[in-house]
Amino acid sequence: MKIDRRSFLGLGLGAAAGIALSPVGVKLTDDSSIWTQNWPWTPVPEDGKITYDRSVCNLCPGACGISVRKINGRPVKIEGLDDHPINHGGACLHGISGLQYLYDPARIKTPLKKTGNKFEKISWDEAISLVAQKLGEIRESGAPESLGLITGADNGSMARLFDRFMGAFGSPNTYTMPSLESNLAQTAAALHSADRRLGFDLDHSDFILSFGAGIIEGWGSPVACIQANASRRERKAKLVQIDYRLSNTANAADKIIAVNPGTEADLALGLCAVLLAKNKISTNTLSGDVSKLPFAAMLEKAYTPDKVAAITGVNAADIDALAMAFIKAKAPVAVPGKGRGDAGSLREFAAVQALNALAGRLNKAGGAFVMCPADYLSFPENVVDATAEKGAGKAKLAGSVNELADKLETDGGLSALFIYNANPCYALNAPEKIKAAMDNVGFKVSFSSFMDETALKSDVILPASIFLERLEDVVSGAGLAKTVVGLCRPMVNPVFDTKHPGDALILLARAMGAGMAQSFAWESYDACLEQVTGKIWDTLSGDGYVVINDKPPVGTPRTDFTFLVSAPKAAASNGEGEYTLVPVDKMRLAGGAMASSPFAVKTVPDMVLSGKYSVVEINPATAGVLKDGDIAVLKTAMGRAKVKIGFNEGILPGVIGMPRGLGHAFNNPYVAGKGANVNDLIGPVIEPGSGLDAAFGIKASLSKA
Amino acid sequence: MSELENKANDDGPGGGVHHGTNNGPEDDKGLGLGVVFFMGAFLVCFLSGWLLFPKLLYSKKEQPFNFDHNLHVEETGDCESCHYFREDGTFSGIPGLEACMECHTDEPMGETDDEAVFVDEYVAQGKEVPWLIYARQPDCVFFSHAAHTVAGGMDCKSCHGHIGESSSSRPYEENRITGYSRDIWGKNIWGIKKNSWDRMKMDDCADCHLERTGHKGYCFQCHK
Repeated sequence: MKIDRRSFLGLGLGAAAGIALSPVGVKLTDDSSIWTQNWPWTPVPEDGKITYDRSVCNLCPGACGISVRKINGRPVKIEGLDDHPINHGGACLHGISGLQYLYDPARIKTPLKKTGNKFEKISWDEAISLVAQKLGEIRESGAPESLGLITGADNGSMARLFDRFMGAFGSPNTYTMPSLESNLAQTAAALHSADRRLGFDLDHSDFILSFGAGIIEGWGSPVACIQANASRRERKAKLVQIDYRLSNTANAADKIIAVNPGTEADLALGLCAVLLAKNKISTNTLSGDVSKLPFAAMLEKAYTPDKVAAITGVNAADIDALAMAFIKAKAPVAVPGKGRGDAGSLREFAAVQALNALAGRLNKAGGAFVMCPADYLSFPENVVDATAEKGAGKAKLAGSVNELADKLETDGGLSALFIYNANPCYALNAPEKIKAAMDNVGFKVSFSSFMDETALKSDVILPASIFLERLEDVVSGAGLAKTVVGLCRPMVNPVFDTKHPGDALILLARAMGAGMAQSFAWESYDACLEQVTGKIWDTLSGDGYVVINDKPPVGTPRTDFTFLVSAPKAAASNGEGEYTLVPVDKMRLAGGAMASSPFAVKTVPDMVLSGKYSVVEINPATAGVLKDGDIAVLKTAMGRAKVKIGFNEGILPGVIGMPRGLGHAFNNPYVAGKGANVNDLIGPVIEPGSGLDAAFGIKASLSKA
Repeated sequence: MSELENKANDDGPGGGVHHGTNNGPEDDKGLGLGVVFFMGAFLVCFLSGWLLFPKLLYSKKEQPFNFDHNLHVEETGDCESCHYFREDGTFSGIPGLEACMECHTDEPMGETDDEAVFVDEYVAQGKEVPWLIYARQPDCVFFSHAAHTVAGGMDCKSCHGHIGESSSSRPYEENRITGYSRDIWGKNIWGIKKNSWDRMKMDDCADCHLERTGHKGYCFQCHK
C-alpha cells in the first residue's frame, strides 16, 4: 500500500465532509458575525437602575429646570424638567449636551500654579495658602483696593459671597462682564431706579417689536423665548423684527424692517417721535417722570421722520405705519438687545425702553416689567475692619470692565485680580488688549473650570466644580418677566480634584484669618446656602425651585429721560473699509464664559463654519469680485482673519455678518481652532456715561486670499 | 466525440491513453486507501464537530455561590418578590444586595455553606454579588419585560423555563467568541429547540411574534 496523492485527497475531502455535516460551520458563521458586532473597544454603557434627579442648568442665564437621567447613579442624559415654570420641559442643545462638560478635555483637573510659562500641579492646601499669603501681603501694604474681581453675573448667593469677600477684604473693584442682564440693569438704573431689573412679558404680548433681539436664537432665557415665539400663532400675536439681516428670528417674524446696523436706537426714538407728533402718547409728566418735556422737545426737533429715515434706511411711511401698529396693539412690547443682547449701547437699550414707557407699557401684562430683584438671601452682617473700610471707601478704578481693561493697559492699578465665571480674554472686543491689560496685574487667580483663554493667563487656578457637581441657587433674569429661584444640585461627585468656588472662598477667608474668617464662618458653601436662603430653603430644596413673582409688578414706575435728553451719540464704526463687519449670534454657538460643547459644535452648519474657516455672510450685490465659497482675507483696523465667503441675499448690502463664538484658542480639539474669533477684529468703542462697549461693528475690507 | 479527437485516438500507441490502460490494478489500490483516509478524516472531524467543538467553544464558569430558586420561591411565594418592576416600569432583573437585605440580615437564615459565603463575602463587605446572567441579551437589543408579561400576559417560564424550580445553579457557559451566554443559542449545538425557552435568538423572538401578532415585527422595534 502506498500513500499517494489520492490518499491526501481522501483525507481532505473526508475532513471537509465531516466538518460540513457537523454543527461547526453553522455555529462559527453565526458566532463570527456576532463577534464582529462586539469589538472590545466599542463602549457599551453600563446597565442598571434608572433614576431621575432635578436640577437647574447654569450654562447660560436661562435658568431652565433640568431632569438628569442616571443609571446606577451615573448621569447619562439631561432633559428639560416638565413642570418647571421657565422652560416647561423644553431644553436647548447646550443644555442637553451639558454632560460633555464633565469630561471636557479642557477641564482643569487640579489646582495649578504658574511657574514661568508652565502650569504646575499643586494641592488645594498649597493653593489656598499661596493665594492667602499674597492677599495678606496686599492687605498689609495698606492698599486692599488693589484687589480686583471680574465676574460673570451679579445675582445669586455666589455673587453675594464674592461681594462679601471683596467687602471684607476692602476693595470696591468688582466688575461684571457685559450681559443682557447687566445691560438691562443699567438701563433700569438710567431710566427708572437703581437696583431694578427689566422683564419683557413675551408670553402675554400680542405685538412684539424686537430691535434685533434673537428671540429664537439665544436672547434672554432661550427656551422660554423659543416657547413664547412658538405660542404666537395660537395667541394671534405678531412679531416684527428690526434687523440688518434675515436672522432665524426675522425669518419667523410676521414683518421684517431692514435697518442699517447700529441705528436701532434712532429708529426707536423715531417711533417715539411719530407717536408724539400724532398725539398718541401723553406728554404730561405723570407719576414722577423726569425730563419728559425736554425729551418730547428733543424728539420733535431731532427725530423727524425724514431725519430718522436718512439714518436708519427705513422709509418714513414705514416708520409711521410701524408706530401706529405698535400703539394700536392691545399689548405691545418693544424688546432691546441685538442677538443675545449681551452687546449694545445704553443709548440703544434706553431708547427702546423709552418707547415702552411712552406707550404706557410699563408693568402691564404683555409689556415691560420694572422688577425688584429677588430678595431671598439674607446674609449675616459682614465683618469689615478699618483697613477694609478704608479700601472699600475708595473710588472704583473704572466704570466698567471695558474701561478697566483700558486703565490696566495704560496705568495698571491692580496688584491682584480674581476672575470668576468670566472669560474676558475671549469674550470682550479686542482680546489682545485685555490680555495685555492682564499682564499688568501682578497676581491673577482664576476660579475657572476650564483652561480657557483667561485661565491660561492666570497665575493660580482654583478649579471650580461645574454645575453638575455642585449646589447653588440660580436666579432667573435676562429679561424674563418672572422671578424664579432654582436650585442647582450636584448630580455627580466632582469628576476631578475641583471644589465649589464657594468652598474655595470660605477656605481662602479662613486662611486669611481674623475678620475675613469671621465673615466666612460657615462650615461649607452648602451650609452657607441653607442658612442664607433660610426663608425659602424648604421649598427650594423640596421642589427644586421657588417662584418669587410671576405677575406684573404693581404700579407704574417713574421714568427719567435725562440720559436720553443728554443726546448721547451713537457709536460710529471705526476704521476704514467698504464694508461694515457686524458680529452675528448663533443659537448653536455659546458666547460668554462658556465655550460650546463638542456636540453643539458638531451641529453648526457649514454655512457658519466650513472646515477651519468661519463663514462670513455678504450680500452678492456688494461682493465685488468675490464668489460664494471663496477664501478671503477680512481686514479691519484691529486685525485680519482668513474667512470663507458665504453669499446671503438676506443681509444688507455692504454688511459682513460674522458668527460669534468661534475661534477659541485653548486645548480642546473639539471646540478650539475652529474659525476665527470675531472679537479679535472689532475694537471697543466705550460709550461715555455708561462705560458699555457700544461697538456694533467696525469698518472692514475683504480681499481674495 | 468530435472528428479531431477520433483522429487522435486512432494515432496508435503513446500518449495518455496507453499509459492509463497499463496501470489499472494499482489505481484500484490507491482508491481504496483514499476511501479509508476519507472515512477516517470524516469520522474524526464529524465527531469532534459534534462532541469536542461545543466543549472548546464554551467556557464554564461557576456562579459566586449556589442559589436555590426553589427555596426562595417557597419562602417568598412568587418570582415578582425579587424580580419586580420598578416604579417607572423598567424591570429590575437580578436583585441587588439591597433587595436581598430586605429579608436577609448579617446573620445567615439557614445553614447552607452557600449562604455562609453570601453573608461573609458579600453582605459583610457590602459588595454586590457578581451573578453571571444566563439570559443576558446583547446591548443592541431593546427588550421590555413589561410589554411581554404585563401587557402581553406571558409568564416567566415561556422564556426562562423552569429556573424557578431549580435548587442549584448550573454552571454558566460563555461563548468564547461572542461572550454571550450559551442560553441565547441554546444547549443544543445545532440550535434545535423543543421548548420555547430552549433558545432565545432573534428568530425565536420573531417566531413567537408571528404566532401571536401575525407579524414578525420590524427591525427598529427591538434594535432602536
